[in-house]
Amino acid sequence: MAEKSVLLLYAHPSPHRSEINQPMFEAACRVNGVTAIDLYGEYPRLNIDIDREQQRLVDHDVVIFQFPLYWYSTPSILKEWQDLVLEYNFAYGSEGTALHGKRFLCALTAGAGEEAYHTDGYNHFPLNELLRPLEQTANLTGMEWLPPFVLFGARTAADDGRLDVHRSQWQSLLEQLTSGSLEPGNLGEFCTLNQYLEGAQSTGGEAL
Amino acid sequence: MTEYFLQAFIYLVAAVITVPIAKRLGLGSVLGYLIAGVVIGPVTGLVGAETNTIQHFAEFGVVMMLFLVGLELEPKVLWEMRNRLIGLGGLQVSITTVAIGAIALALGQVWSVSLAIGLIFALSSTAIVLQTFSEKGVSKTEGAQNAFSVLLFQDIAVIPMLAFIPLLALPELVEAAQALAQSADHHESMSLVAGLPGWAYALVIIGAIIGLVVGGHFLTRPLLTFVASSGLREIFTATALMLVVGIAALMSLVGLSPALGTFLAGVVLANSEFRHELESNIEPFKGLLLGLFFITVGAGINFGILSDNLWAILGLTLGVMALKGVVLYFLARLFKISGSDRWLFTLSLAQAGEFGFVLLSFSVQNHVLPTELAQTLSLVVALSMLLTPALFILYDKVILPRFEDRSNEGQPDEIEEMGTVIIAGMGRFGQIVNRMLVGIGVNTVVLDYQAGQVDNLRKINTRAYFGDATKPDLLHTAGIAECELLVVAIDNQDAAVELVEYVKHTYPNVAVLARAFDRGHGYRLRQAGADVIQSETYCSALEIGTAAMRKLGCHPFVAEQQKNSFKRIDAEQSDILYKAWLADTEEGERFDTHYRDLFMQLEEQIKTAMNTDRVDRHSLSDRGWTPPPKGYTDALKDKED
Repeated sequence: MAEKSVLLLYAHPSPHRSEINQPMFEAACRVNGVTAIDLYGEYPRLNIDIDREQQRLVDHDVVIFQFPLYWYSTPSILKEWQDLVLEYNFAYGSEGTALHGKRFLCALTAGAGEEAYHTDGYNHFPLNELLRPLEQTANLTGMEWLPPFVLFGARTAADDGRLDVHRSQWQSLLEQLTSGSLEPGNLGEFCTLNQYLEGAQSTGGEAL
Repeated sequence: MTEYFLQAFIYLVAAVITVPIAKRLGLGSVLGYLIAGVVIGPVTGLVGAETNTIQHFAEFGVVMMLFLVGLELEPKVLWEMRNRLIGLGGLQVSITTVAIGAIALALGQVWSVSLAIGLIFALSSTAIVLQTFSEKGVSKTEGAQNAFSVLLFQDIAVIPMLAFIPLLALPELVEAAQALAQSADHHESMSLVAGLPGWAYALVIIGAIIGLVVGGHFLTRPLLTFVASSGLREIFTATALMLVVGIAALMSLVGLSPALGTFLAGVVLANSEFRHELESNIEPFKGLLLGLFFITVGAGINFGILSDNLWAILGLTLGVMALKGVVLYFLARLFKISGSDRWLFTLSLAQAGEFGFVLLSFSVQNHVLPTELAQTLSLVVALSMLLTPALFILYDKVILPRFEDRSNEGQPDEIEEMGTVIIAGMGRFGQIVNRMLVGIGVNTVVLDYQAGQVDNLRKINTRAYFGDATKPDLLHTAGIAECELLVVAIDNQDAAVELVEYVKHTYPNVAVLARAFDRGHGYRLRQAGADVIQSETYCSALEIGTAAMRKLGCHPFVAEQQKNSFKRIDAEQSDILYKAWLADTEEGERFDTHYRDLFMQLEEQIKTAMNTDRVDRHSLSDRGWTPPPKGYTDALKDKED
């Protein structure tokens, strides 16, 4: 259970309207061992500093993309970040081993309810299918893909009173990641980290 | 031959030594030339009687100057200034003539002599005044524009004066001249119009002017195009000279002022595409000839007559200037020229001019003035020209500051509201900052020490206050203690640095955002503690640079990336340079060789960084979106296996 350093890359183009992501980001800023980066805040002109971002990756063990799901993908700055930072011979290629062995996960909010992300739902694909490009990016760069931490139906979450649970799970997730107590081996077949965290709460930490 | 070389050398040496010194001392080049002339003429006696001949030759500089003035003046502009030209100029010439003539009459001269003197002193020095205006960069001010109208009218008025003065001939002088076989009058020796009846003379003049305008408009263009296409620079220069000299010759032949002719030609060519080419070709000739002209004026000062009648001549000079000044001041009031412009107008035109010399010698030739009187008067003209730079200095050092102060002294405005942001300086720069902040609902307090500017801003509902932002008590009432930001956008560089220093020292919690004039100013602001510094022209220059890259065929997005890398590298280097500058400053030297070497070295780095591929074939500026090498997928497959 070696302590791990977490790099949180947060992308929200209108943080002043954010009900969930911004508080989550602010909470993450206060967790020891988490380096929380507001990408839009740091690069308002999208001119990402490649050297700085690569150094950050090298310095951390866990990488989190935190974002609201936009058109089944990340907001554009995160794509820009991937295009620029995950360079040949840094993240992939014959000498590109800088990310090997790191863990990677997405913490996202989705507008539609969970039932929409289903073959029969109006989004037609389960969320994990939609996140395949990111999963494969993790694979190719030698990072270990963890299931996403998701808040479905984010627009109504506050009204439905679902925020408190989500926030405490977020807090707990970050703590487990930094302490190293979250072992990928324990995740089994969970589709989301939410299920794992719920399971951990209800069954006293035992994975299903 | 040797003699010519020696003379030319003496004139040139005198000019080369005196003019830069005079300029450095803030006296202006005209006074420099005049002093050079005094030194080589009356003081050391290096040059002698030939100055008179040279002066006639050098008067051609005035002709060239009017050609250049015409080039700057499109016909439309000339038409727009017709009221001032005729009203202001006409009144100045007539009132001054009458006033000076009356005084001459009162001093015991005959009426015809008095009138001639009045005419001669009504003129001012186009050469000195325009030269000084452009050197001081005030050509566009209202005062200078009006002075220009008057000068233009005077230059035109010389023509009828030349026609009129012979009518004033004194019978006894004519008789004396007849005894001398009437040989002095060479002025009409070369003339197409000598002996023509009045109506034919008028026809010739009208024909010449029409020929000039029509020919200038239709013939010069094909000619210049033809010459330019030959690609021979010196032939173009020759053509330009030929035009000016030819027009001057034509005008002299028909008895018109060459200066007026070339001026008209200049106006005709003002719209032509060759305007700047012509300007740059004639300009050096004009400068040298005018310089020569002023040297001869200085050299021609007859210290003998001067020392004999020192007080009389001094008195006359000051009297003439004072009188002209009073008339000008009165006219300026009449034409609603106000503030410092009125004084610029008054002081700049108070001297007599180079046409005064021309008219004086012409009057003597035509037996209007006795020679001794003409010599005295020519001293008065020269002295008044010599004193003109002093009047400009008076304007610069005494009058201008007083006006700046008067409009800016007063009590600072009462500031009613506190803002979260104080903006010091409301020029073009501060205004944009303010509009942006006000646009998103930020409370700003705007300070400017130019009352007129504040008035204008108030008219468009900007909350602007009049007052000097560099004064601590005004800053305090503006709420500096409670505000979050201070934006420094004042023009005075030193005052800006002091303001930053004061605020960062007294109110360390207030963030200071400062506009820098250039790199050096930026360093000083940084040293003073400004939090954000932006060079005023940097961003627009980057945009133009990027636009240039695009125009050269660079893909817009690539151009944008190049701009960003330039900006990044420049910012990094700026730090290094700042430290070098700091070290130099502490040693008491700014921008010394160490700094310069470093600057050039870094400039080299920018080139390398923007052009050369890195070892791994990713060029630094083009790093983003560089595709992986061809065949890289093979390696990926291998790994999978």
